[in-house]
Amino acid sequence: MSAATLAGLVGSALVGLGLYGLIVDPQPLRKILAFNLIGSGVFLVFGIVARRGAAAGFPFDPVPQAMVITGIVVAFAASALAVALILRLHEETGQVLLDAEPPAERPNEQEAGK
Amino acid sequence: MSVALDLFSIVAIVAGAFFFFAGSVGLLRFPDSLTRLHALSKADNLGLGLIVLGLLPRVESLLGALKLLAIWALVLLSGAASAQLIGRALRRRGGDE
Amino acid sequence: MSVLQALDIGLALLVLAVAVWTIAAAEIFGAVVAYVAYGLLLSIVWVRLFAPDVALTEAAIGSGVTGILLVTSGARLNSAGKASAAAPPRLSLRLSAAALAIVAAAALAGVILTLPDPGPTLAPEARRELAATGLGNPVTAVLIAYRSFDTMLEKIVLLLAVVGVWSVAPDRFWGGAPAPLGRANPQGALVLLEQTLVPLGILVGVHTFWVGADEPGGAFQGGAILAAMWMIVMIARVSEPPSVNSRWLRLALIAGPGVFLVAGVAGLGMAGNFFAYPDGFAKPIILFIEAFMLLTIAATLPVLVAGPPRRSPKP
Repeated sequence: MSAATLAGLVGSALVGLGLYGLIVDPQPLRKILAFNLIGSGVFLVFGIVARRGAAAGFPFDPVPQAMVITGIVVAFAASALAVALILRLHEETGQVLLDAEPPAERPNEQEAGK
Repeated sequence: MSVALDLFSIVAIVAGAFFFFAGSVGLLRFPDSLTRLHALSKADNLGLGLIVLGLLPRVESLLGALKLLAIWALVLLSGAASAQLIGRALRRRGGDE
Repeated sequence: MSVLQALDIGLALLVLAVAVWTIAAAEIFGAVVAYVAYGLLLSIVWVRLFAPDVALTEAAIGSGVTGILLVTSGARLNSAGKASAAAPPRLSLRLSAAALAIVAAAALAGVILTLPDPGPTLAPEARRELAATGLGNPVTAVLIAYRSFDTMLEKIVLLLAVVGVWSVAPDRFWGGAPAPLGRANPQGALVLLEQTLVPLGILVGVHTFWVGADEPGGAFQGGAILAAMWMIVMIARVSEPPSVNSRWLRLALIAGPGVFLVAGVAGLGMAGNFFAYPDGFAKPIILFIEAFMLLTIAATLPVLVAGPPRRSPKP
């Protein structure tokens, strides 16, 4: 089994692991971690496609690799936005979980930013 | 001559790996955080130094050798600074864990 | 089984073990540390896949900057009080999630094991046009020459993320500065690190960008290193996060996509096509665009980590 196939299988296992973590863990920060795991698993699948595209003197196909580089940067940007939303949710409501009910009004505070 | 250089590389790299292993054993076996920090910072820096030493005969140019030494110096610097910061934070927190 | 194969299998098992630790760690800080270690191990996997540019990006952005983001946000969440204990997920939820995860992983693994051989590839086309661009690194050529429109749109996505992060602030804070990244009274070790590491880091970052034309490297990797250096400066409290109103910050943020767009539109006049580069002049234009991309990435990543403004603007 070549390194590329092994990496691809690791990537699929990571996608499964991340999916489990995303659904099961109630804390939003852990969900972001699991989401990043899914993302890096998908990038590993791109990696095996790039490696198998070795031709014309290159040991890899450069197009999927460029897509992975773009993807890593965008995944970080998405994580940053999600973290900002979680922190703001925490500041507004005091809770750190994503609950189904809308947050209760805090009667002794003025929400000037609503 | 090249056989001697290869032997030197192998010995140095194996010694470096042994020091890394010793540092990890210290991380797992020492009783509290400060002693673990001590094990990690000392053993890992020495291990990296030995590995860099073992890689030096294999570089193609002087610039490559200088880059390897610069990597070791930077790791030494950042490792020392972060060990200081972790130690200070541990002492501030008071207990051991 | 050769030594290299044993190394690959060992690495794969280690990556999976650290990923399981990320999901199963008891405390959020342990999970984040495991994720950073996972990112570094993944960089080694990328090297085994013959992808040094991706390995550099994963180590710098995927593991490093994301780690800083998660650690600072975890600290902010913890400092405001312990997380309210959630009811642990029911066993039925765990089982159905595990079943879904196994089905997804198995489907993906099945696809990987049945990929066509030899795989479809664009490497011959990439090789053919590489001489015209004057570059030696095909990944840089793909990013800035062949698929330049995608890269420009990705810079705009980064800009949208910045706008999103800034908009999360309450109205009364708009125009102010984000909270400082480090704690007050930084210790001597941190200041020493900032004074010695940051100049070297800036050199390494610019060198990584410059060398990316012909060797593994490029604007993303170099920009991530420069961003990390700015973050060290802010963590050591030598300088504070700039307010969202500051003009130079906003100019730095739009410089990358702006110059990219101007170069693309100028291609209409100079080379006859949107985002085409004139013959023989491609490499200078590419490096020019990449320099501004470097500036934007070095400015955007710390802004995303610093977060929304948390104090009213100075009058």
